[in-house]
Amino acid sequence: MTAAPPRPVPARRPGIADGMWKVAAAIATPILPDDYLDLIAPLRSGADLRGRIVAKRRESADAATLVIKPGRSWAGHLPGQYIRIGIDIDGVRHWRAYSLTSRTSDPTISITVKAIPDGLVSNHLVHHATPGTLVMLDQASGDFVLPSTLPETILFVTGGSGITPVMGMLRNLPAPTPGRPAPDIHLIHSAPTPSDVIFAADLAALAASGRVHLTVRHTDTDGMLDLADLDALVPDWRTRQAWVCGPTGLLDAAELHWAAADLTDRLHVERFRPTIIEPGEGGEITFLDSLITVDADGATPILDAGEDAGILMKSGCRMGICFGCVAVMRQGAVRDLRTGEITVAEPGDELSIQTCINAVAGSCDLEL
Amino acid sequence: MTLAPERIHISPTAPHVTEPTHVEATHHALNTRLSVGGGLQRTHPPKKSGKPNPMAHLTNTEIEQIGLDLDAMRAEVMQSRGARDAAYIRRVIAIQRGLEMGSRVVLLFSRNKAAWVVGTVGLSLAKILENMEIGHNVLHGQWDWMRDPKIHSTTWEWDMASPAKQWQHSHNELHHTYTNVLGRDNDLGYGLLRVDEDQKWELFHLGQPLWHLVNAMFFEYGIAAYDLELRGNLQNWDQLSDDDKAAFKAQAWAMAHKIRRQATKDYVVHPLLSGPSLVPTLLANFTANVVRNVWSNTVIICGHFPDGIDTFETDSIDGETRGEWYLRQMLGSGNISGGTLTHVLSGNLSHQIEHHLFPDMPSNRYAEIAPKVRALMERHDLHYVTGPILKQAYQVYKKVCVLSLPNKEPGRTRRSVVAAELRKIVKGKGAARTKRHLPSTV
Repeated sequence: MTAAPPRPVPARRPGIADGMWKVAAAIATPILPDDYLDLIAPLRSGADLRGRIVAKRRESADAATLVIKPGRSWAGHLPGQYIRIGIDIDGVRHWRAYSLTSRTSDPTISITVKAIPDGLVSNHLVHHATPGTLVMLDQASGDFVLPSTLPETILFVTGGSGITPVMGMLRNLPAPTPGRPAPDIHLIHSAPTPSDVIFAADLAALAASGRVHLTVRHTDTDGMLDLADLDALVPDWRTRQAWVCGPTGLLDAAELHWAAADLTDRLHVERFRPTIIEPGEGGEITFLDSLITVDADGATPILDAGEDAGILMKSGCRMGICFGCVAVMRQGAVRDLRTGEITVAEPGDELSIQTCINAVAGSCDLEL
Repeated sequence: MTLAPERIHISPTAPHVTEPTHVEATHHALNTRLSVGGGLQRTHPPKKSGKPNPMAHLTNTEIEQIGLDLDAMRAEVMQSRGARDAAYIRRVIAIQRGLEMGSRVVLLFSRNKAAWVVGTVGLSLAKILENMEIGHNVLHGQWDWMRDPKIHSTTWEWDMASPAKQWQHSHNELHHTYTNVLGRDNDLGYGLLRVDEDQKWELFHLGQPLWHLVNAMFFEYGIAAYDLELRGNLQNWDQLSDDDKAAFKAQAWAMAHKIRRQATKDYVVHPLLSGPSLVPTLLANFTANVVRNVWSNTVIICGHFPDGIDTFETDSIDGETRGEWYLRQMLGSGNISGGTLTHVLSGNLSHQIEHHLFPDMPSNRYAEIAPKVRALMERHDLHYVTGPILKQAYQVYKKVCVLSLPNKEPGRTRRSVVAAELRKIVKGKGAARTKRHLPSTV
């Protein structure tokens, strides 16, 4: 997981505490003292990073903000960054990334989630997750952030839930001081209908206070934003640093538009889009340790395909019962040859799969 | 649209970034156990002991149908795994950890007799839960589906002499694949006992009524030696390749390390912390280990050795289909009847038949499929072996005693066979035990 920075190393304990910890470890073996502490204090300092959902707020018909109290290992974030959150749904842990929308000074963090059709995790978070639930977290990451010295003029162009990292930035703008006036900000936001606008009230308040020049476009009635209109909407857009976040179409258009004006260094984009891994029949297996790929059909177990290609594979019963061949899939899809069940790993996932009874379904990348 | 930012740098998921080497794979003959049907036309000769082959009355079509029925039974449960099951295993783990630490705290005052009894009972139960309902089942991958790296077959370690990885190889892979196949499944008597008439008798077996009891008391070390294939490896040391020798040494080292940590916990650190209760705590921990060993040994012998459970000839599994494998699991295993407590403390190995059919099914679900498995077996005129634990354990002990003597041979008394073996030893032409060949792991 590149999104996960290395776990914070627990601060070195002074001599006597260190000795006591060693005694605790000798008593706890074969597990760790941490495994006991996790049962009573999952959010303590030094533990794997977790958080507890403390509140949930509706933002629009299909979006909600979750307020999460992070564990004491939380290292903070920069406005515009995202976190990965791991939540158990029907007993199975799923990881997804969401932009942080909270103030960096808050003791809690917030993510704002829009439920997408057939989105298992987003629907669960918006409609079913309840305060009190413990979730796994990764530290914040992402470089879609404002520089420490703010530009004098800023343009934000957002679409749909692409507003979330920008809202994270807007909420954290420093108060203007005499020596440092507030930047001139123009925000162009697109959403299908008025009821789809996440943070509608916050945006209206920002506009009313004069801190942001706001243009909201309802694409169902007004049509999609054409970047050629920028000249009319924000005549000085060429001189502004721009942050753009939204659907792939918008981002691609923005990159072309800014490139055409020879202003690529003024454009910052964050790509928000569903990672769609379409399972297929057979395909390419990539063994990441040796960077060898093998083409296999949909009836050949990955174990056999790997062995035939000369990869040193872990193996066991070769019939799916012993779990001796389990390997980590980093992304891709595989199909269980016994049941037809498909397992999909999205980028950033680390899913264990049995290579002896799974065949590649499209493509898959394995840590072997 | 989702809020998941597309991560641009997904290393080392790299085919898009660096250019991997393409290799063409050749086509492979698939393992026959990957399909339920299409088995060979078999004749079913009686075994050497004269016992009939238990599968002889079934046609290949019937065996395939049994396989399809069992596949469907498995799918129904596996697709319905959910939050309830996840909560179950987490609750058992929390109870076990609370019980273990609570008992160890009570044992700090084990000079007090009541504290000793309470602490010892609690720690025994904790160790039993840890090994049976948690450790054994997690290491089978029964909970891997939760995608929780803390409760996963690849990361779990247990309160046992044998390191999890080594046990997984000898148990999950060898025992569960070759269940009750003579010469292939070392669990048939653990290389120590003769538990089937079709196993060869040796002079060494005369002592097995005693070996069995000693093995039960120190079962975790018996399992450890067994996982290392200690006897076979040492006896065949000169024939081992350098790689095999190195692998054996690495495993033996890992095991020694594990045993040292385990012993330090129970026999050094915990007693020392008990101060004036040092000796009672040491005895309590020893007792808890023995209780756990005897209990797990008893549960496990009841799984494969009671009367009515079958063994299979080595060559009967060539080209075996999954249907035939299922059949062998059902005929080669036996259950323990009892209440919820028996089931939980046995790690649901009281449902040994169901466990052997579906080793990766969460153990809390075996009870619900047991009636269906039993009905299926009875429909096909197959004997579903089950009984209370004491009855089953008594049957096994009786069998261990009876089979400590050789089989009756025509024209010879058992006594004359024993006497002939003894004479060989005296003359220096024989050994109490034949040299053990390393089992093939292919």
